[in-house]
Amino acid sequence: MKDKFLNTLQLIGMTWLSPLVKLASGDNPREQFADLFRYVGLPFIAVAAFLFLWAGLASKVDTSLGQLPGPVQVWDQVQGLAEEHERERHKAEAFYERQDERNAKKLAKDPDAEIKWREYTGKPTFLDQILTSLVTVFTGFLLGTLIAIPIGIACGLSKTLYGAVSPLIQIFKPVSPLAWLPIVTMVVSGVYVSADPMFQKSFITSAITVMLCSLWPTLINTAVGVASIDRDLINVARVLRLGWWTQVFKIAIPSAIPMIFTGLRISLGIGWMVLIAAEMLAQNPGLGKFVWDEFQNGSSDSLGRIMVAVLAIGLIGFLLDSLMLTLQKIFSYDRSVELR
Amino acid sequence: MSNEYLELSQVSIEFPTPKGPFKALNQVDLKISQGEFVSLIGHSGCGKSTVLNIIAGLLKATTGGVLLESREVDEPGPERAVVFQHHSLFPWLTVYQNVELAVKKVFKGKMNKREMAEWIHHNLELVHMRHAEHKRPAEISGGMKQRVGIARALAMQPKVLLMDEPFGALDALTRAHLQDSLMEIQDELGNTVIMITHDVDEAVLLSDRIVMMTNGPAATIGDILHIDLPRPRRRVELAGDSRYNAYRAEVLKFLYERQRNPADDDDTSGKTAQPKIRAVKTAQVGDEKVKVA
Ligand SMILES: Nc1ncnc2c1ncn2[C@@H]1O[C@H](COP(=O)(O)OP(=O)(O)OP(=O)(O)O)[C@@H](O)[C@H]1O
Ligand SMILES: [Mg+2]
Repeated sequence: MKDKFLNTLQLIGMTWLSPLVKLASGDNPREQFADLFRYVGLPFIAVAAFLFLWAGLASKVDTSLGQLPGPVQVWDQVQGLAEEHERERHKAEAFYERQDERNAKKLAKDPDAEIKWREYTGKPTFLDQILTSLVTVFTGFLLGTLIAIPIGIACGLSKTLYGAVSPLIQIFKPVSPLAWLPIVTMVVSGVYVSADPMFQKSFITSAITVMLCSLWPTLINTAVGVASIDRDLINVARVLRLGWWTQVFKIAIPSAIPMIFTGLRISLGIGWMVLIAAEMLAQNPGLGKFVWDEFQNGSSDSLGRIMVAVLAIGLIGFLLDSLMLTLQKIFSYDRSVELR
Repeated sequence: MSNEYLELSQVSIEFPTPKGPFKALNQVDLKISQGEFVSLIGHSGCGKSTVLNIIAGLLKATTGGVLLESREVDEPGPERAVVFQHHSLFPWLTVYQNVELAVKKVFKGKMNKREMAEWIHHNLELVHMRHAEHKRPAEISGGMKQRVGIARALAMQPKVLLMDEPFGALDALTRAHLQDSLMEIQDELGNTVIMITHDVDEAVLLSDRIVMMTNGPAATIGDILHIDLPRPRRRVELAGDSRYNAYRAEVLKFLYERQRNPADDDDTSGKTAQPKIRAVKTAQVGDEKVKVA
């Protein structure tokens, strides 16, 4: 029971909690306190030192928007943004209430009356923007994965194909999202014309840019994973005279799974990094646009709010990486290899 | 033992290398009868694995060929099952599933589901691995992995069982244990087995014949030793047996006097002188072969 719990903690990357669990179950306290200090105490000290340094240095930097905000001012902005979110939600609720009332009255007077339902179109809050960013990045990442894994498998299976595609991969891999974006924007405006679009153009543009930049690590890792399958395993398959289909789906792909997940993890990291830039330029209502708008806005709060965004971006990036690491651990058949 | 079940005739192989073709094997002739246990012994790099892979069909001889029951071997197949040096189990499958993959392929249409499950269990029991059937290869020891590899090969019901240093990577105790299991299984099933080994004791203990190979390049069969010891053989009893020790001495003499380890040559002679020494040896062995045949 305890071991199972500890294994789960290890799996989801919360190893730092395990000393507490062991303490609670009466393991050697000295050892556990030492572990606790290493996993929790030391990082805590490092963060505290960083905050002090930040506070000290920020007060010395003057910008045209006033003093560079320190941790305290940034914390104020966090609260400000939270309040703003609450306020917007209340407004939205009030709006729908009024609409319901109005419609109910109309129907009472004349049951056949035409009634209108309108969406509340308030300003998106910081939380809404985070959500938009997450949806966009996962859309781009998913599209990229759907393209990268099949091509990667094909490249891994055929050296000829890999040789043919390799120069293209090498050329497109290092291209910055800022270079892709104008092209993607033009193509999307040209191709995606519809009277009642299901998605906003800015969303599609951002997602496709994320896809273009993030698919390469998955593609390359999949190809390498499939190609580097143990020769002995291939020989076993040959001795068994397994068919092509079985060889691909029962042997090549399973053996490449750990590599594929490593690739996916890198891809999602890149996608998240690229997304912010893409959203800034494409004006997709996510975190990138938030940063850009605050920068254009130039109020005394702006720098503080941008810093909140920076921290949020970092924190979410970290969570996404932990998520992928957990998946990677679940899907790797060789538990003896320690993944970080 | 006159019926020629498996026959290698005039097998030579050249590998293309950047420095031109490399002749690894030269004119290997060998006849093996059904149910025979043959070991291949020789110094590292002489071409033992190459011989085995040619019989398995994983490599193609440049000239000459292999006949199994008078039919030419030209591709790998489950009737010549291979146990590889490094277990080569699929790491994402459990012990049971690893054997199942082979059984499903070989007995599709000949057995129903229940019969397959029974057959898999039967083979795992032969190697005493039933208790770990739901574990992954990463969760069991090296000796256990090797046993599962053997179970997988046996489950194919092969005409010939090919084993490339199956116990090479194991400690002495596990190795002795597996040798005993292998003898038991061999007594029961009467498989035709070709096994590569580096271990003289192992070769004498298990084999009906020991095929001793000359050093490469252009390696061939140097000598063949018949082991006329009654079965079942027990290692403890044999340790004091004079015939057993005579066989051992014979193999050791071949390996360390007639075919010195090429690695030792490197220490004693300059690199340029080496080919000459080898050439002399090969010629000498050639004479010997005539005598044996
Ligand atoms: N694909 C290949 N290409 C080129 N040379 C090869 C190839 N395979 C084997 N050789 C060469 O053929 C010779 C015999 O190799 P082989 O693997 O059969 O030796 P071995 O007797 O099994 O050695 P060991 O006991 O170390 O396993 C070696 O000199 C090796 O370098
Ligand atoms: Mg070998």
